[in-house]
Amino acid sequence: MASVRLTEQVNKKDKMTDFLQLLLSGVATGAIYAMAALGFTLLWQAAGTINFAQGEFVMLPAFAMLIGMSFGLPLWASFIVAVALSILVLGAAFKNWIVDPMRGSGVVAVVVATLGLSIGLKSFTKAAYSAEPHPFPSIFGDEVFKLFGLTISYSDVGALVFAGVMVLGLQTFLNKTITGRAMQAVAQNTFSAEALGINVKRMIFYTFAINAILVAVTALLITPTYLAKFDMGDNIGLKAFFAAIIGGFNNSRGALLGGVLVGVLENLAGAYLSPAYKDGVALVLFMAVILVKPDGLLGTPQERKV
Amino acid sequence: MTRKLNTANTLAQAICLTLGLVAASSFAQTIKVAQVLELSGGGTAAGSQYRNGAKLAFNEINASGGIMSRKVEVMEMDTQSQPAIAKAMTVKAIDEKVTAIFGPVFSGSILVSQTESQKASIPNFTGGEASNVTAQGNPFIFRSSFNQSMGMPKVANYMATDLKAKSVVVLFVNNDFGKGGRDAIIKELTARGVKVAADISTDPGQIDMSSTVLRAKQANADALFAYLNEEESARLLKELRKQGYDKPLVGETTLMGSKVIELAGTAANGVRGHVGLTADAPMFKEFAAKYEKEYKAKSDHNGIKGYFSAYMLKAAIEKAKSTDGKAIAAAIKSSCFKAKDYPGILLDVCFDDKGDIDRESFLVEVKDGKQVVTATLPMLVKR
Repeated sequence: MASVRLTEQVNKKDKMTDFLQLLLSGVATGAIYAMAALGFTLLWQAAGTINFAQGEFVMLPAFAMLIGMSFGLPLWASFIVAVALSILVLGAAFKNWIVDPMRGSGVVAVVVATLGLSIGLKSFTKAAYSAEPHPFPSIFGDEVFKLFGLTISYSDVGALVFAGVMVLGLQTFLNKTITGRAMQAVAQNTFSAEALGINVKRMIFYTFAINAILVAVTALLITPTYLAKFDMGDNIGLKAFFAAIIGGFNNSRGALLGGVLVGVLENLAGAYLSPAYKDGVALVLFMAVILVKPDGLLGTPQERKV
Repeated sequence: MTRKLNTANTLAQAICLTLGLVAASSFAQTIKVAQVLELSGGGTAAGSQYRNGAKLAFNEINASGGIMSRKVEVMEMDTQSQPAIAKAMTVKAIDEKVTAIFGPVFSGSILVSQTESQKASIPNFTGGEASNVTAQGNPFIFRSSFNQSMGMPKVANYMATDLKAKSVVVLFVNNDFGKGGRDAIIKELTARGVKVAADISTDPGQIDMSSTVLRAKQANADALFAYLNEEESARLLKELRKQGYDKPLVGETTLMGSKVIELAGTAANGVRGHVGLTADAPMFKEFAAKYEKEYKAKSDHNGIKGYFSAYMLKAAIEKAKSTDGKAIAAAIKSSCFKAKDYPGILLDVCFDDKGDIDRESFLVEVKDGKQVVTATLPMLVKR
């Protein structure tokens, strides 16, 4: 009898350890989704742009880092180069050459343009770098350690901390600095912001630059798992989009919530239902939120201009 | 004036006719073949290796005078790793009047596309390993690697005898390749009294393996057998390492492939199992060096499959003394070819009447990022 009870206790402990393991890994993955999702929401708020090439925006810095490493640079140095290139190409060039000329034509035109850009970037990368997956090192190493029965990898902890610092740092920047507040003012009402003397164009560029940094960091953290491949952005782009909608497209904190929710629920569904349902979780959650709270969990209703 | 025009016309016609005849005769001198392969999509790693291997062989063949003094003209077509496109590309290859078709590598694709090459009586070499690929009664299909049902008994033996595993987790990818392997290994394990502690399916292209690995850990078996495609295998190995899985990891061919080792890094160390072909075996060393020199990358089993298939076509045409599809197929069926007579095939090989292959194979273990051959196993059927 005592041994049966002991076995039950051990089983219960094992189940709790498994649950925590899934939770930790889900939060780490979710935090990475959240960064890409945050980029989605920022671009939408500041420039009314839905960027369907966001997944490819994650893929490009990954290849930039690979190229940097092929020239003998260490990963951290390649990352810095990739961030600089990302701001230049995915921030400034994207804004000036694609979004700005299209903005007068409405949201749909920008959506179609970014969809085209997504296909173009994939084809370009495939032609230049082959369609094969390429290995990508983890900046935090592959080692693991044990804590309270959990096996924890440095890469998960690193991703969580890195993503957390990025998101919280961004929140602080947006809420506590003059530039951040000016960016929020532009997001809320461009005309009033301009009337108040805010340099709207510069603020919008800052938003694109922040998105460019976010995608480069996302690439650094997620590529060791996804592997560098021309179509690696398909999944991350979709998950980030769902996360942004679930959390609320017009709320930056919503992106964080949406990302973590998707990451954790995917893991739990994969373990307790079936791995086959895993990829459907984000979609189910997305549909449920759209039906019950169309503005997202933390989103606020937006008035439509007539 | 009219006579002058007539003369000019006749002359022009004669020139056109001569040029046409010259073009036609040079056309007839080449042997056209098509590589219908996974050059994008989920099967890129496998398809590209096969393509490179075959291309290397055809370059060598052409440089040494071709097949029966005829150069080989190679066309490449991308299936995008999708069966429907594989079928369409096979039809396109047939329209181009090719002598033989190479690929696809994915079992799900060759299962669909081989009906077209069969209708056209064109020999079709494949890298597909699912058991049902050669069970369709197609006299024109030829494997370049083991049928799963021939490789799995060797793996099951290894787990039951060498590892003394009493229970095994079977992890497979939910496509034709994975399901075929899963059915074959479960049959063989059960026949040897080894219990299947968990039977876990994964999706093609699955990225996050954390819940899959957790389920495998929960089964608490003596060993884990994984049968996934290259990318997924690499992600699985990384996650197994991340979650501290410490039981023996066993695979059949793919799990120990060079692409998987490259992608998984140190997480691949310690993986062991059976391979039909490995660039690290002594008889493949020369080929491996040539491949690495040409493509600046290591060949895996798919590279050898492509190289072998190209030279197999050469051997068959030379044996049949004909480029007719039926004659080539007849030359291969129920026949053995020795590497000393046909050096390009690298290893003695025998085909049965269904197009299945038999030859020596290897037990390997990944050590310090390299496949190390631990034993060479003889042909399944003594001849």
